Amino acid sequence: MARNKETLLLLLDVGPSMHSVLPEVEKVCSLLAGKKLIYSKYDEVGVILFGTEDTKNELTKEVGGYQHVVVLRDTKVVDGDLVEALQQLPRGTCDGDYLDAIIVGMDILIKKFGETDKKKKRICLITNALCPIKDSFEGTKEDQVITIAEQMAKHGMGMESIVVRGRLAGDANKRIMEENDVLLNIFSQKTCAKLVYVESPISLFGALRTRNISPVTIFRGDLELSSKMKIKVWVYKKTSEEKFPTLKKYSDKAPPTDKFATHEVKVDYEYRSVEDTSKVVPPEGRIKGYRYGPQVVPIAPSEWDAVKFKPEKSVKLLGFTDAKNILRHYYMKDVNVFIADPGNTRAILAVSALARAMKEKNKVAIVRCVWRNGQGSVVVGVLTPNVSDKDNTRDSFYFNVLPFAEDVREFQFPSFNNFLVSWQPNEQQQEAADNLVKMLDLAPSGKEEALQPNFTPNPVLERFYRYLELKSKQPDAAVPPLDETLKKMTEPDPEVLSQNKSVIDAFRRNFELKENPKLKKSTRRFLQEKPSGSKEGEGCGDIAAQSVDSIKDTSVVKVENIGNLTPVQDFENMMSRRDGPEWIGKAIKDMKKRIFDLVEDSFEGDNYPKALECLVALRKGCILEQEPKHFNDFLHHLCKFCQKNNLNCFCEFLASKELTLISKTEAIDSEVTDDEARSFLVKSEPKTE
Amino acid sequence: MKEIGSQNGIISGTRENSLYNALWVAQALLRKGSAKTADKRMLLFTNEDDPFGNIKGATKIDMTRTTLQRAKDAQDLGISIELLPLSQPDEEFNVSLFFADLIGLEGDDLAQFLPSVGEKLEDMKDQLRKRMFTKRIVRKIAFSIANGLSIELNTYALIRPTIPGAITWLDSVSNRPLKAERSFICSDTGALVQEPLKRYQPYKNENIKISVEELSEIKRISTGHLRLLGFKPLSCLKDYHNLRPSTFIFPSDEEVFGSTCIFITLHRSMLRLERFAVAFYGSSSHPQLVALIAQKEIISHGGQVEPPGMHMIYLPYSEDIRHVEELYSDSNGAAPKATDDQIEKATALMKRIDLKDFSVCQFSNPALQRHYAVLQALALEEPDIPETIDETLPDEEGMARPGVVSAVEEFKLSVYGDNYDEEKELAGNGKASEASKKRKAIADNAVKESANYDWDDLADNGKLKDLTVVELKYYLTAHSLPVTGKKEALISRILTHMGK
Repeated sequence: MARNKETLLLLLDVGPSMHSVLPEVEKVCSLLAGKKLIYSKYDEVGVILFGTEDTKNELTKEVGGYQHVVVLRDTKVVDGDLVEALQQLPRGTCDGDYLDAIIVGMDILIKKFGETDKKKKRICLITNALCPIKDSFEGTKEDQVITIAEQMAKHGMGMESIVVRGRLAGDANKRIMEENDVLLNIFSQKTCAKLVYVESPISLFGALRTRNISPVTIFRGDLELSSKMKIKVWVYKKTSEEKFPTLKKYSDKAPPTDKFATHEVKVDYEYRSVEDTSKVVPPEGRIKGYRYGPQVVPIAPSEWDAVKFKPEKSVKLLGFTDAKNILRHYYMKDVNVFIADPGNTRAILAVSALARAMKEKNKVAIVRCVWRNGQGSVVVGVLTPNVSDKDNTRDSFYFNVLPFAEDVREFQFPSFNNFLVSWQPNEQQQEAADNLVKMLDLAPSGKEEALQPNFTPNPVLERFYRYLELKSKQPDAAVPPLDETLKKMTEPDPEVLSQNKSVIDAFRRNFELKENPKLKKSTRRFLQEKPSGSKEGEGCGDIAAQSVDSIKDTSVVKVENIGNLTPVQDFENMMSRRDGPEWIGKAIKDMKKRIFDLVEDSFEGDNYPKALECLVALRKGCILEQEPKHFNDFLHHLCKFCQKNNLNCFCEFLASKELTLISKTEAIDSEVTDDEARSFLVKSEPKTE
Repeated sequence: MKEIGSQNGIISGTRENSLYNALWVAQALLRKGSAKTADKRMLLFTNEDDPFGNIKGATKIDMTRTTLQRAKDAQDLGISIELLPLSQPDEEFNVSLFFADLIGLEGDDLAQFLPSVGEKLEDMKDQLRKRMFTKRIVRKIAFSIANGLSIELNTYALIRPTIPGAITWLDSVSNRPLKAERSFICSDTGALVQEPLKRYQPYKNENIKISVEELSEIKRISTGHLRLLGFKPLSCLKDYHNLRPSTFIFPSDEEVFGSTCIFITLHRSMLRLERFAVAFYGSSSHPQLVALIAQKEIISHGGQVEPPGMHMIYLPYSEDIRHVEELYSDSNGAAPKATDDQIEKATALMKRIDLKDFSVCQFSNPALQRHYAVLQALALEEPDIPETIDETLPDEEGMARPGVVSAVEEFKLSVYGDNYDEEKELAGNGKASEASKKRKAIADNAVKESANYDWDDLADNGKLKDLTVVELKYYLTAHSLPVTGKKEALISRILTHMGK
């Protein structure tokens, strides 16, 4: 556990100019402490504040000076108090001198570890660097910083500086800002220090690495350009998802008095035969079965091993190709990075030469990789150059896995040009969209790019750890709402929206959306946000009308129910379906029901014409399919029903339209003669009188 | 999903309408299974472009009509018919004589049919061993653009890793399938419990209990919508901004009319201005920022290579990105960078080893092909397993061309110098080999220790089991064998190695 133990010093600027961002600093620092409590319990953390009213550090006692620097917490193993202390940072009253704080921090680390201890030591500085540092007694400020940086490098300390700028910094003295930038930059050049500028609360949140993962190579060996030329490379993961923690299952079976209960739940798998469920088959009595068509083929692992695909560990170049041949969406997985063997200068040069050449000519390399011996598969991927723009970082390659032929599903989609004319945007609409795409800009020049993945933290994880901390104090606390700062990344930035209100309104005006009236189920989800009073756009009527047609066209193909709107068409469609004999029966049955409903629901005979249409269709269908009995029986039944329910007018209506039973001449199976058929309705009339 | 292929050879010219019969038989064979759950295809191989050419008059009309009706019926039942015409040596296959009607070709499709068929036949062999997927919507989502304007989209999985099919556990004696049963056991009392609804996480020396509902509440940070946040130039999307395979999105007007129109407009603007959209996808399990890249339609050889639409790329969060490059930054301020001459040599090398028309899916997965081949051989009890070709190996022949070899040599000379010795370079590098030194020390020690035992004697007398695991591992390490597993595994490994 303690192998990768890290000692971290947080140097936090709490001066007056920082007050506006301190809430974010509190959140991110306590998140860091909370995560350490779970993932690296033995790490040590110290907190130094500067810009405070008071002074409390050892150096001031020993040599004097170093005013307004307070050691809030000596370096010790993380605990709950630290989380709490970081949640409520005191607000300072003075301008802070970050260089003083750095020296105090270094002093603590040197005193604690001496020069020889190679443990991981990290200093993390959060400041806005708006206040000038004091002039040094000897030499320029630059010289002083260089000396400190050299000391830092000698003692193997890492430093991370997060400088808050842009709209978060407010007004500032340009000259001091530039001077500080130059000084802080010296650190990043002279030591293994990182310097980032953040302009928004979200990126301040994301800039601090809250969990330390020591990188592990997934491959060390040769990148084989050919059998003659090899480059020593190390491969690391560049991105890897930080997963939501998997929580253990809790059992409440143990008696509450049991102090040593683990409350753990063990999950047990048992394999039973399908026929005889009482028999449990032990692991050695099982064998893996693989599907081959409808059958399952049992194959023993030893059998597989003998014939399995066993490639050799290697990374081989297949060739170079134009970058445009590899579309971005083909990237399959998380990304790796190829770095030249750090101790091998020639390899570094070779990687650098290739990367720069590829970048210049806009090429990428295709490689075949088998990372480990005994790995059962190969990956084909693409190397893209990562040419470093900083002097002290080396060039490298990013590696992305590409799909195999089996992984690509060749679905066909209609071409946009083949869509209905009404779906094609007109010039005005296109212009509105162009403006929207141009103006809703997240990477305006001269400003920080918003929502950069590098500086955007995972809101779900933040919420989880905050809830965990909350629950440790109040066991029955409810889930807190999403942090206000992080909520901003789930919604469009109101500031950007208000700046571009006219563009958005223009876009909104140019298009009209309409709910599909044919769909019965609630589709509110699409339109619920629609503000009232939106104006009608041009051409919307067309769109709706056209699409209704197109939808009907498709729906006609397979009718499974006889609807209210077009019963006759539905019936005919269903009768002509040839993918199963049951459809005819169903069509006739449904149609009868529909006719009944029509007659029954009729008010003063308003449905009669429609009912007649249906009857005619049913009659025709029954003749075609040689099912006269169905129709004849139904008509008898219908007439009886009408007589019973005082609906005689319907029978009269039918008689007047000369609807008859199906006779023998029309369908051979009919038991009704022509005369009977003709006289049926006429006959029924007098009966009722 | 199952796929049924049937191969119908036909001879025509007799009174017997064999094509009709073949279709009838095939259709009968494919009757099983509903069209919803199964994908049914008929592959029709023929070299006769006019099956009823020899017949005249009414009979011909009648036979043509009935055969076409039969084909139509089959298509109505959800069976697709694919024609694979085999041209005769002296004349070309004329689709329009009869088969165009049979498989329902019209207009432009007709002109493109023959060339595409040629490819189809070539693909045939691969096709048969490739899993077929029907186009299926993964999810319908609402894409809210601005100010309450929300359009309807369908998502599709165009690229997903294909894995060998799932296994079923069988009883090794009876070969009958087994059913897995899961049970939860309380480790304090040993009692059987229902799947508990509480979870816990150790934190600050206590167990914090969180219920399943609370967990899903934590993850629910947004509605299931896709919400547009803004646009960025394509250069802002770095190569390392990737975590999972992308998802394809295509508009739909099924529920909301006008969606397609808005989508097309945005699509065009994004293509023209070379920008991508950043959106927040608030799915319940994985709320995430995504990049939407417009992809224009690409058509080649009459087929659609890239459908028009947008690809949704899942962006990493800051926690997911590691800054490995900075690990080895040089503190003296200057990392070695290649000189112009070296870059020039690299460019020359690149020109030599250029894959002209590289297409992403030109390789089939050798492991998967091997898997299927082995499975087939074992299932059909074939005597030997067919060789599969690993298409992913570099082109040795091409690499050995003198032009390539000399370019490689020149590049090598340029970056490595005259007398480059890889071993020497390694030896001078103390830091990197720390771990390997340690490993070497262990191995040396093992060799020394292992010499103290008379392994042959121990093995012959079955005394290996009397040794401790540590002792057994001396032998394994000394012979560079894996040292994992239980004691029995170690012993059996030693015995196998000794050939006993």
